[in-house]
Amino acid sequence: MILKPRLEDFKTIGFYLGKIILGLALAMIVPIVFGLIARELKPALDFLISFEISLIAGLLLTKICKTENDLNWMQGMIVVSLSWLAAMVLGALPLYFSGHWNSYLDACFDSMSGFATTGLTLVQDLDYLSLTHNLWRHLIMFMGGQGIIIVALSFFVKGASGAFRMYVGEARDEKILPNVIDTSRFIWAVSIVYLVIGTLALGVVGIVNGMKVFNAFFHGACIFMAAFDTGGFAPQSQNILYYHSFLYELITVVIMILGAINFKLHYHLWTGNRKEAVKNIETVTFFMSVMATFLIVAFGLSRLGIYPKALILFRKGFYQLISAHTGTGYQTIYAAQFLNDWNHFALIGVVCAMALGGAVCSTTGAIKMLRIGIIFKALVEDVKRVILPEKAVIAQKFHHIKEIFLEDKLVRSALLITLVYLVLYGLGAIIGLHYGFPFLNSLFESVSAAANVGLSCGITKAGMPTGLKLTYIFQMWAGRLEFMSVFTLIGFFVAMVRGRK
Amino acid sequence: MRAPQIIFLACALCLLACEVFAQPVSSVELITNDKLYDGKTVTYSGEVIGDVMKRGKFAWANVFDGKRAIGVWAPAGLVKGIRNTGSYKSTGDKVEVTGIFNRACPEHGGDLDLHAQELVIVQPGHEVTEKIKKNEIVFAVILLLILGLIWISHLYKHR
Repeated sequence: MILKPRLEDFKTIGFYLGKIILGLALAMIVPIVFGLIARELKPALDFLISFEISLIAGLLLTKICKTENDLNWMQGMIVVSLSWLAAMVLGALPLYFSGHWNSYLDACFDSMSGFATTGLTLVQDLDYLSLTHNLWRHLIMFMGGQGIIIVALSFFVKGASGAFRMYVGEARDEKILPNVIDTSRFIWAVSIVYLVIGTLALGVVGIVNGMKVFNAFFHGACIFMAAFDTGGFAPQSQNILYYHSFLYELITVVIMILGAINFKLHYHLWTGNRKEAVKNIETVTFFMSVMATFLIVAFGLSRLGIYPKALILFRKGFYQLISAHTGTGYQTIYAAQFLNDWNHFALIGVVCAMALGGAVCSTTGAIKMLRIGIIFKALVEDVKRVILPEKAVIAQKFHHIKEIFLEDKLVRSALLITLVYLVLYGLGAIIGLHYGFPFLNSLFESVSAAANVGLSCGITKAGMPTGLKLTYIFQMWAGRLEFMSVFTLIGFFVAMVRGRK
Repeated sequence: MRAPQIIFLACALCLLACEVFAQPVSSVELITNDKLYDGKTVTYSGEVIGDVMKRGKFAWANVFDGKRAIGVWAPAGLVKGIRNTGSYKSTGDKVEVTGIFNRACPEHGGDLDLHAQELVIVQPGHEVTEKIKKNEIVFAVILLLILGLIWISHLYKHR
């Protein structure tokens, strides 16, 4: 029997949703201040209006729904899924006001793409977009990569025991430190330290490459935020190709890989446990999977002969591959070149890499390495069961921070999430086919959206059908949250309609 | 066949043999049909955007033709006349570049680029002044008043 939600449920959800919106509003102060400093008054005004609207929405929700209740699991999950939708709608306001997006839906598409760290974009004339709006595009990736809820938990929620429920709802089921708020703060600390180092490195390389000093550091900060959070936005329309620099590519590869690593592993590396990186099931699976998918890509490209030297083939092939595997979406080739210059074999390698993703509790999307590792271990265990005598006791273990026995519960959970991801990839591809795009193109773009990658073979553009825009928005949202909170929200709506009092 | 016709045909054949695309080719055409233009001399025109990045005796200028931007690798002397580049605050100098198009440049890590032999500034760029609409300012003030009302009601409630 489904029960109709009570008024208290709505109030609790509304109250915490309001708090998250207030957090988002406060984040808009950064571009307002930056706009004033950079003497970009019109963009600063765009953000001031968006800030005021968000603040009013947040204040009204927290006032109307004021409650002392803590969140239960269902409410926590719903707050998370609604927060991401609210972030999309409110985060899109300044983008739309800039006039660089053809419609509010297009701005929402980019806003969701930013928060979900996807990187697909519908912006027009990106090269003429203000620095202030560009900062916002990359900042929302930085916030979305750590998690909107993490932002709120770190700064605005003090000691709420419902915090853990929201934290889990945002596809982070691993606590690094015993307290979830300390965990959030640690995630921020790691990100800020890397932000400083990454910006400096990219800024210096930018200057060496001939960029103006301010532009070099501004681009450095933007590129770092989008690379570490495996997002893929860039301040220029040519993406990483704009810089024409091997060093820039090399540094972004390092940052992308750092972003694809589990924050728990970062913690162990930071505290001196370097052996963990070699033993951890996620890093081992990631290494194997990168090697396997790169072999496919390299084999496909070598048959074409478009890249005259092996080193060039490696540079182009590996960059797109690692960008796909970490879920970043940075490109050093034009979108059309994927279809014109690369063959199906190489594209399949990229699609597989996108579908697999990075580590759990990192900033990447997709199925993720821990699940792939667990499924592989389970497969090995089952093969052993067939080969070894019936009475043999088989106990499979894997190393993820500590030695863990492979239980059926773990395998089931990994398989379930993998299955849902595969359905989501397929669903987007079918809808792409419905709109008349070829199968491989549809699959490529669908996996890119659902796995929060951002590589494009050219389908994603302002003129694409509205239905496809909505499909990709849904895929980015559901893929980023790893389904549970999205399913809970759907269940909540069903209960509202069909539940009993 | 008359003499002028023969001369015209000979010229046309010469041009084809040299594989020079004298008419400006668009970025979309170059990217979409990169195999066709690979290694050929093409003319491409557009606005210089972002930074002109000097690298020793050469420089990179990214040129945007309204659809896509393509990297142009040119001797530093050719780009030294570029004063304005396209951004939020300015329109860039419009240039016409003639050079060799590379689908996957062996010199530049496989980048799709254009190695300039000639670069002419056809139209100088200029600064762009911001335009703020009055409606937006009024809207911002109204929202500020609403926020003020919410704050006052909050204070009143707490008293």
